Amino acid sequence: MSFPLLRVENLSVSFTTYGRTVPVLHGVSLDVPARSQVALVGESGSGKTVTMKAIMGLLRQPPARITSGAIYYDGADLLTMPEKERLKLRGTAMSMVFQDPMSSLNPVFTIADQMATILKYADRRLGRTRSSRDRMQRVYDTLAQVRMRDPERVARAYPIELSGGMRQRVLIAMALLSETDLLIADEPGTALDVTTQAQILKLLKDLVEARGLALLMITHNLGVVRETCNSVYVMQKGVIVEKGETAAIFEAPAHDYTRSLIDAVPRLTGGRRFGTAGVPA
Amino acid sequence: MLELKNLCKAFPIRNAFGRKTGALQAVDNVSMTIAPGDIYGLAGESGSGKSTIARMIMGLETPDSGEILIDGRSIHDRSDGVAHGRRVQMVFQNPGSSLNPRRTVGQSVAVPLDAHGFPRSKRPARVATLLDMVQLPAAFAERYPHELSGGQKQRVAIARALAVEPKLLVLDEPTSALDVSVQAKVMDLLTDLGRQMGLTYLFISHDLSLMRNFAREVSVLYRGGIVESGTSDTVFGHPSHDYTRLLIASVPVISAEEAALRPVIPLIDGELPTPEQLIALRQAADRQA
Repeated sequence: MSFPLLRVENLSVSFTTYGRTVPVLHGVSLDVPARSQVALVGESGSGKTVTMKAIMGLLRQPPARITSGAIYYDGADLLTMPEKERLKLRGTAMSMVFQDPMSSLNPVFTIADQMATILKYADRRLGRTRSSRDRMQRVYDTLAQVRMRDPERVARAYPIELSGGMRQRVLIAMALLSETDLLIADEPGTALDVTTQAQILKLLKDLVEARGLALLMITHNLGVVRETCNSVYVMQKGVIVEKGETAAIFEAPAHDYTRSLIDAVPRLTGGRRFGTAGVPA
Repeated sequence: MLELKNLCKAFPIRNAFGRKTGALQAVDNVSMTIAPGDIYGLAGESGSGKSTIARMIMGLETPDSGEILIDGRSIHDRSDGVAHGRRVQMVFQNPGSSLNPRRTVGQSVAVPLDAHGFPRSKRPARVATLLDMVQLPAAFAERYPHELSGGQKQRVAIARALAVEPKLLVLDEPTSALDVSVQAKVMDLLTDLGRQMGLTYLFISHDLSLMRNFAREVSVLYRGGIVESGTSDTVFGHPSHDYTRLLIASVPVISAEEAALRPVIPLIDGELPTPEQLIALRQAADRQA
């Protein structure tokens, strides 16, 4: 098998606070091949967000420290490459879709301002030039790609003027501004209503498939995993406990933790009886 | 147990100068009846009016019109001298913000006891009993909320709600802030307590999978009005209203059996329709017919 687009190899991270060092990742390894959709699923505190931050280079060091391991993007180790090289990848070749649309948008700038700024700095890092007219055109085009009906009106709006679903679309558009190969999505749509979430997940899936992107989906929701990803890594307490094809793992989990996680999910088909008594008293 | 009759509530929409420019019909002619010991689910998205209904039942909002009856008496009829809080209590969504961070667990659980004149001398024993009911060690009475996990905090909130032995509990998204494995344990606890104490639950949630398994009766709310009600199995197995169908179709599921249960919703421009679009489509089709 050829080298995957993203490879995390034996990654260990610890946090030091008040003189106490706590290891949080214990030798995490995962692969995201080009054009594949991979989920990293775990409950709160499992280390999925720390893994994501390490990949994106967003870990604050200190308190965090990467104690071992490597992260390869397209064969090059992100952890040892010069910061300048890494900046060329971040937000361009690999970009992020964040979870909470309200806190990841700046309330005092319009959508157009914020998107144009992202594009300007991405261009600068890559040594490209683009006129401000071209930049705006790119902003409108990208908003249209996330199926905004009126891109120019959305671009003029402030975040508060948009609904939650539209804000989430803006965040996806922001991640697509540059020619991205890898999209890392952190719980997209979790803050939204279920009908809006379904729209966002479908949009994300359509975009990823149409453009041949690789997707790394970070989530706690097993349903979201099945809807969007064909392979999955299950994480517990900083360790990958199980990996494989989504359908196979959800059908027959090998690890006890995965099984308990799947058993805990209430099914739309019903038939689950809550309560420890078993029979009604 | 609980009866809502033609309940309406509108909120004024004000402009920047505080002048009333319109009204938002948050709850629109809602009627439902919950039998004693029942688990009644209220499903809806944000803006559907489910929280306003809960607040009116709690007496935190006054309905514009309509009636709320508990055991046949209006909740505004206080002539029997029984405080409203002894009949209904509520468990809120986020235990992180519903517990006072400056109070110990014991103090928080004792607040309703104080409010309803429970004898001071018996209070520590009562707090210990309540913590035991929610399967927390008695020593937790001395702890502060920040020392507790999310699931433990929600147990404390449940203990507090049960302190003065209400018969009806309003559960407003009680597990949406919790991990799925913790959620299962809290739902087990609520089920056990409901059986032991003969409680009636009004369960408010947007999690339809959870609702199907927990509630016996379900009403689906859309923009303040009930679009569909029935037993859990009927509403989820054979949804009749478009909005219910869209809601069910939107649930992310983990197995092929569940996926097969979801209604197929026609796409508009390659995208799932919004509830408004879907309902407008139906209305247009009805006009044609």
